[in-house]
Amino acid sequence: MAFDTTSYEQLSADVVRMALDRGATGAECTVAEGEEFSASVRMREIEQLKQAGSRAAGLRVLVGGCTGSAYTSDLSLDGLRRMVASAVDNARITTEDPHAGLPDPADLGRHELNLGIYNDDVAALDPELKIRWAKEAEAAALDADARITNSEGAGFDSNLGARYFSNSLGFTGSYRTSSCSMSAVPVARQGETMERDYWYTVARSASRLEPAAEVGRRAAERVLRRLGARKVPTQKAPIVFEPRTARSLLGHIFEAVDGDSVYRQASFLAASLGERVAAEGVTLIDDGTLPGLFGTSPFDDEGVPTRRTLVIENGVLKSFLHNSYTARKLGMRTTGNASRGLSGNASVDHGNLFLEPGGKTPGDIIQSIRAGLLVTELLGQGVNTVTGDYSRGAAGVWIENGEIAYPVSEITIAGNLKQMLRDIEAIGNDLEFRGSVASPTLLIREMTISGN
Amino acid sequence: MGISDSYFARHFGIGERDLERYLSEALSCGGDYADLYFEYFASTVLSIDEGIVKTASQGVTLGVGVRVLAGEKTGYAYSDDLSPERILKAARTAACIASGPSKVEKTGFTESARRNLYPVLTAPIDTALAARAELIKRADRAARAYDPRVFQVQATYADNLRHVLVATSEGTLSFDRQPLARLSVMALARESAEGTPEQGYAGGGGRHELNYFLEEKTPEYFAREAARQAIVQLDAVDAPAGETTVVLGSGWPGVLLHEAVGHGLEADFNRKGTSAFTGRIGQQVASPLCTVVDDGTIANRRGSLNVDDEGEPTQSNVLIENGILRGYLQDKLSSRLTGAKATGSGRRENYQNIPLPRMTNTFMLAGESDPEEIIRGVPKGLYCVNFGGGQVDITSGNFVFSASESYLIEDGRLTRPVRGATLIGNGPEALKWISMVGNDLKLDEGIGICGKEGQSIPVGVGIPTVRIDKMTVGGVA
Repeated sequence: MAFDTTSYEQLSADVVRMALDRGATGAECTVAEGEEFSASVRMREIEQLKQAGSRAAGLRVLVGGCTGSAYTSDLSLDGLRRMVASAVDNARITTEDPHAGLPDPADLGRHELNLGIYNDDVAALDPELKIRWAKEAEAAALDADARITNSEGAGFDSNLGARYFSNSLGFTGSYRTSSCSMSAVPVARQGETMERDYWYTVARSASRLEPAAEVGRRAAERVLRRLGARKVPTQKAPIVFEPRTARSLLGHIFEAVDGDSVYRQASFLAASLGERVAAEGVTLIDDGTLPGLFGTSPFDDEGVPTRRTLVIENGVLKSFLHNSYTARKLGMRTTGNASRGLSGNASVDHGNLFLEPGGKTPGDIIQSIRAGLLVTELLGQGVNTVTGDYSRGAAGVWIENGEIAYPVSEITIAGNLKQMLRDIEAIGNDLEFRGSVASPTLLIREMTISGN
Repeated sequence: MGISDSYFARHFGIGERDLERYLSEALSCGGDYADLYFEYFASTVLSIDEGIVKTASQGVTLGVGVRVLAGEKTGYAYSDDLSPERILKAARTAACIASGPSKVEKTGFTESARRNLYPVLTAPIDTALAARAELIKRADRAARAYDPRVFQVQATYADNLRHVLVATSEGTLSFDRQPLARLSVMALARESAEGTPEQGYAGGGGRHELNYFLEEKTPEYFAREAARQAIVQLDAVDAPAGETTVVLGSGWPGVLLHEAVGHGLEADFNRKGTSAFTGRIGQQVASPLCTVVDDGTIANRRGSLNVDDEGEPTQSNVLIENGILRGYLQDKLSSRLTGAKATGSGRRENYQNIPLPRMTNTFMLAGESDPEEIIRGVPKGLYCVNFGGGQVDITSGNFVFSASESYLIEDGRLTRPVRGATLIGNGPEALKWISMVGNDLKLDEGIGICGKEGQSIPVGVGIPTVRIDKMTVGGVA
C-alpha cells in the first residue's frame, strides 16, 4: 500500500481501509496536527519561549457490536499498522453493545460555509511582535498603580491546528483552526498581604484581540479591587456572578445535560426533560455554527454537522446534548455534539454554550441589591452533578445599598444547582464570548455564604 | 547499565555522541545550560459501564524535549520525530533564547547513581489484556453485589509505561523505566427507582505489578468502598455552614497539606516572591505538632520516581519541621538561580512541557494521639474522611478542598453523615489550628492527580488523624 503522506485526510481514509481489511466491520480515524508558540515575559524581561509542532492519529474500530481503539504519534506505515492491529485486538476483549456503532449515515455531513475558525493572520504574526505585546500588557499592569509591585508575568500564545477525519461510511473531512491569546497576571501588595488576579483576551484572529495595554489595565483593576479583603459573617444573601464566574455555572449545567450522564441517570436533570428547571427568562443555547468562535466546527468528532440546540427555553428543559451513542441509548437523535481526543470512544461536548442576555446592565443588577456578594473568583471542584449540590470557595466584593463596599475572600458559597437555576432573578445584557462558554452577569436570589 | 542498554539506544540507536551533538547545538547561541528529555509513553485504558466493557484503548507517543536556560530565561522546543535532523532543528529553536557566543561544554557523561524504587519485572501494560479487563468486570460485579440499592457502576483500569532518558550539558545522564497502574470505581445508589441518586468513588494503584490488584488491593476492595460511600450518602443531612472544629481522618484527607502548604512551597513562586510563604523560612507556619515531608523515594508509590524529570534523584524533603518552615521544592532553574540545594522536584507531564517544581508524595508525620480519643474530645464538629479535589491561590494563600464523605461529631460521637461541602482556609494560618495529631499516619490509595500550569502529574498524599480547632465549612445548614 502506498501512502500520500502529504495529505492527512487521505491518510485517515487509508487507515480506515486498513482496519476493514483486518476484520473491522466499521472504523473511524482522526488525525490531529498542531503547532504551538508561546512567549512569556516577567518583570519586563522575556522569561520563556516555546515553539514546536506535533501530530498523531487515533482509530476506533467496530467488530460487530464490540469497540476497540488505539492511537499513535508514529505516522509511519509500520506505526499505523501497529495501531490498526492494536485497535482490532482491543475490540476482541470488549463486550457486545447493541448501541455501539457509527452515526446513522443520514446524520453525517458538514457545513460548507466559511466558519471563520482559521485566519491566516495568526500564522503571519511576527514572534517579535508577540513578545512586544506581552511586554506591553505586563507593563500596563505594573505601571497602573504603585501597589502593583510584582507579577506572575504576561504571555502571548498562538496555536494552529488541523483535524482530519474519515469513517467507513464514506465520510471524509478536515478543517483548520487558529487561535491566539494574551494574558497578564499582576501581583499587588498591601501591608503583609498579597493578591493576584488576571485578565486575558483570546480570539481566532489576531485582529480580534483586545489591545495589550487594555489587557494589562483590566488585570490591574481586578487585582487592586482585591486588596484589603476580609471574611464576612456566615449568612444567606443574594449572589451576583460576573461573566467570568457565571460561565462556570453553565459548565455545570452542561455536565447535567450531557447525554452521557443522562442515560446513566448521573444528572440532577436526567428526569426533567420538558419540565420547568429554571426561572422564566432563562434560555440556554448550544450553537456549534457561530462564525469565528471557539466552540465552532463544520462537523463534530463523528462527522455529524454541528447545529444550534435550544437546551433550556424560557426556563423549560428542551433538549439534552448527544453524540450518536448517547442518542441511541435514549432513543433520540444526535445533536452533533460528539467529541473525542485520539483515544477511546467519543464523549459529548458543547459547541458555543451561552445564556441569552437579558435587559439589565451589570450596574443595574448591583444597584438592585441591599446586601449581597459579587463573586469574581471561584476555587475548587465542590460541585456534584448527580445531586446538584454546590459548595465552592469564593472571593469577590461585598455590595451594600447597591454599591461596591469592600473586597471579600476566604469564604464559600453553597446551595443546590436545582434551586440556583430557579432562583436566577436577573440576567445582564453583557454577553461576551471569551472561550466556548459565555454567560452575562447573573443574580441568584439567595445562597449560603460561609465565613466567620 | 550504560547508555547502550537504555531503551532509546536499543530502539533508536541514540548514543552519547548524538546527545553531545544535540546539546552543543542547543548551546550554540550562548545558553548557560541545556537538557534533553527523551520519552516513550505507552498507555492502556479499559472501562466498564452498565456491565458492558465499552472502552478498550491503547496507544503510544514518543518525543524529545530540548530546553535551554540563559539566566532566568528558558527556551523550549520538542519533536515527535527522533531523527537527528528534527532533534537538531528543535535544539536550534530552543537555543535562540540566548544571544552570545557558543559555549563549549564538557564532553562525556556521568551516569546518575542507579536504584530501583519500583522493581516491576513485568509492567502491567505487558500483561494479557483479558487479565486486565477481568479486573473491571470483577469490580462491576462486586459493587452491584454490595447492596441492591446500587444501580449504576463504572469502573476504569488504566496503566502506562514510560521510558525516559535525560541528558544535561552538566554531563549527567539518567534513564528510567516508570510503570504505573490504577483502578477506580464509581457507584450510584438510590432508595428506589424514583429516589435521588448519590454517588461513591474509590480507587488506587501505584508503580506495581498487575498482581497488586489480585493479591493486595483487589477490585472487590475498591468496589465495596465506592458502593459503601454511595450508600452512606443516602442518609446524609446538610453540611454545616461557618467556622467549626474539623477532624480529618487519616490517608486521603492529606490533600489538605497538598493545597494548604505544598503548592505554596514550590520554588518558582518563592523565587519570584509571589507565594504567601515567600520569605518565611525559619518562621512558624503550623502548630508545633506538625512535621510535613515531601518524599519521592517511597517504594512503589504513585508519586515516587527514581529520578525526577530533570534527571535528578528524588529525595525525602522536610518542608515543615515541628511547625517551622524549613525549605522549598526546587527544580533546576530555581536552584541554579538561588543556589539552593536540589530536592529532586522537577517534573513535567510529558516531553512537550517545560519542567516545574512539583510535589511527589506529601504527608504529615504521625503524632502521639489516639485517633478515637481525638474524636471523643470534640463537643461539636465535623469528621471528614474522604475528599474530592482541592485548589489554592498561592499568592493570597487561600485554599479549598472538598469533602465527599463526612460525619457530624456531637458530644464526642459520630452521629449523621453529611452532604458534600468545601472547606476553606489560608495556607500559612490554617495549620496553626491543629491541636492534636494521631498516631495513625496513612498514605492514600494511589489515585491523586495534580495540575499546575496545565500539566497533570501523578502524586500521593497522606496524613494521620488530626484535629483542626477552627476551619470554615461551606455547607448550607
